[in-house]
Amino acid sequence: MRKWSKAAIVIGSMAAVVSAFTVRAPTTAQAPSAARTARMADGKPNLNGIWEANNSANWDIQAHQGPIIALGAAFSMPGGLGVVEGNDIPYRPEALAKKRENAAHWMTADPEIKCYLPGIPRATYMPYPFQIVQATGGADLFIAYEFASASRIIRMNSKEESPTDTWMGWSRGHWEGETLVIDVTSFTDQTWFDRAGNYHSDALHVVERYTPMTPDALRYDVTIEDPKVFMRPWKMSMPLYRRLEKDAQLVEYKCVEFVEELMYGHLRKQPSR
Amino acid sequence: MRIGLLISIGSLVIVIALTSMTEAPVAGQTRASQPKNVTRTTVPKNWTPPRTSWGDPDLQGQWNSQTSTPLERPLTGPLAGKEALSEEEAQNLEEENRKSIDSAPREGDPGTYNAFWRDRGKALTRTSLIVDPPDGRVPPLTTEAQQRVAGERAERSKRGPADTYEDISPWTRCISRGWNGIGSFYSSNYQIFQAPGYVVVFQELIHESRIIPLDGRPHLPQNVKQWMGDSRGHWDGNTLVVETTNFDPRTNFRGSRDTLHLIERYTRVDPNTIDYEFTVDDPKTFTRRFTVSRPMRRETDGISVFEYACHEGNYALTNIFLGARADEKAAAEASKTRPQP
Repeated sequence: MRKWSKAAIVIGSMAAVVSAFTVRAPTTAQAPSAARTARMADGKPNLNGIWEANNSANWDIQAHQGPIIALGAAFSMPGGLGVVEGNDIPYRPEALAKKRENAAHWMTADPEIKCYLPGIPRATYMPYPFQIVQATGGADLFIAYEFASASRIIRMNSKEESPTDTWMGWSRGHWEGETLVIDVTSFTDQTWFDRAGNYHSDALHVVERYTPMTPDALRYDVTIEDPKVFMRPWKMSMPLYRRLEKDAQLVEYKCVEFVEELMYGHLRKQPSR
Repeated sequence: MRIGLLISIGSLVIVIALTSMTEAPVAGQTRASQPKNVTRTTVPKNWTPPRTSWGDPDLQGQWNSQTSTPLERPLTGPLAGKEALSEEEAQNLEEENRKSIDSAPREGDPGTYNAFWRDRGKALTRTSLIVDPPDGRVPPLTTEAQQRVAGERAERSKRGPADTYEDISPWTRCISRGWNGIGSFYSSNYQIFQAPGYVVVFQELIHESRIIPLDGRPHLPQNVKQWMGDSRGHWDGNTLVVETTNFDPRTNFRGSRDTLHLIERYTRVDPNTIDYEFTVDDPKTFTRRFTVSRPMRRETDGISVFEYACHEGNYALTNIFLGARADEKAAAEASKTRPQP
């Protein structure tokens, strides 16, 4: 039963996304990008490359402004317009209280601080690059994120279900024209959307859409659905930029050892604090 | 009692880590001349390896490298002094291995992973994964490495089993298993992805991916060190050759350190097998190079590579420390109440 109603919502929200896309889809005259889009041998847009969001959404996906005095000038919070469509997140009233509590304690409660796998979509707009590895012929895609060496396998045109909940979600992809659509389910309730305490439950369902805008930019549209926390689905949107440095590559950011003193320091033989 | 057990598991992990670090035999000190690879598999003439749409040999898919064949040829027992096994002997070895894992733990021992947890492997008809040197053994350590190992051991002996997280292995701490060419007891699963100019070897254990550029670019600057090293690849006919340097100073493959230069060769030899071979070249640690050969078999039992979240659920680490602190407290109490002589 739960599955059916979920499916109905999925289909409903997908239809909404599709119609939104149709409305937004520019005519040929306005969109030279389609012709310039690099393609794989199978005709699909070539999304291979190292990408980064280059925005401040990891601080707060909604419009925001610093400062956070404790962090001084080097690491404080920049202002930002936010990436949420309409800037409004339709929290259920009790869920909004939890969001505020998260925000009040983010410096200790945010899973990012503990180097936990960041989940989706947060991994996309954290201030670290990620790499898409795409082959042809319906092969699985791979996305590697610099933060915490996180990664995910995108199972293309697959009906396989996840055996259990995961941190990075269970990702199944397919192409809709020029857009790579990834349906992500089977999340734990342990990850957040940002440092502002925006969060979700284990009922989270994410639909991501990656569409080439120019040879070096993708449009990233996300639909978030989680009936336990939100009253209705809502959307984020942002460009993703190609890292154009010569020989660009992901460099390890294995942050587990950065957080051990924080997490286990009090258990030392001679406690450090 | 429970805490005592936890701490004993903790110390077991440390003992294993120390053993694997120092097990390599200590003997001759000259570096042997470069060996030639003795077991390179040639692709059968009647089989054409598939290619990707952009023309590279196709290694994509899910692979597993589990086997009960030991890395080194044992010095005692039925495998000692023997290079090859019959198919039947190999099968028996696999069965015995499985049984020994399932045998009941000794009294007072909480037991550990049984055969349920172990990847189903297949024994090879060899008695060691090491194919060069011909004796199937890790070459002796250099004088420098012997001194280093002795120094590290002395330093470690000054501390308790779990005074702090730094006393625990990077595996148990979920930092990294590093490059792992010999698989593990469980989750020896790999998925290979390819794109024009890249091969990715994804290792399920602690979600490690090596993204290997094939465009001939230089390695990272020398001061940038990584747990997984920095890999560059090229095609040698149908074989993917990967050279990896820039290893983290704590890298430890049988005692190797950041001077490790790793050379791997991946050759698809039939639809369901990759012949995987690697050569360990660390002149500061070993008196000669050595080469390991281990096939990777396509996953055919419907098991998918899955997320390996390690740090996120690392309750063991907290419990190891709690156990150690409780033991210390109990020892302190006992010494207080013990009558003075």
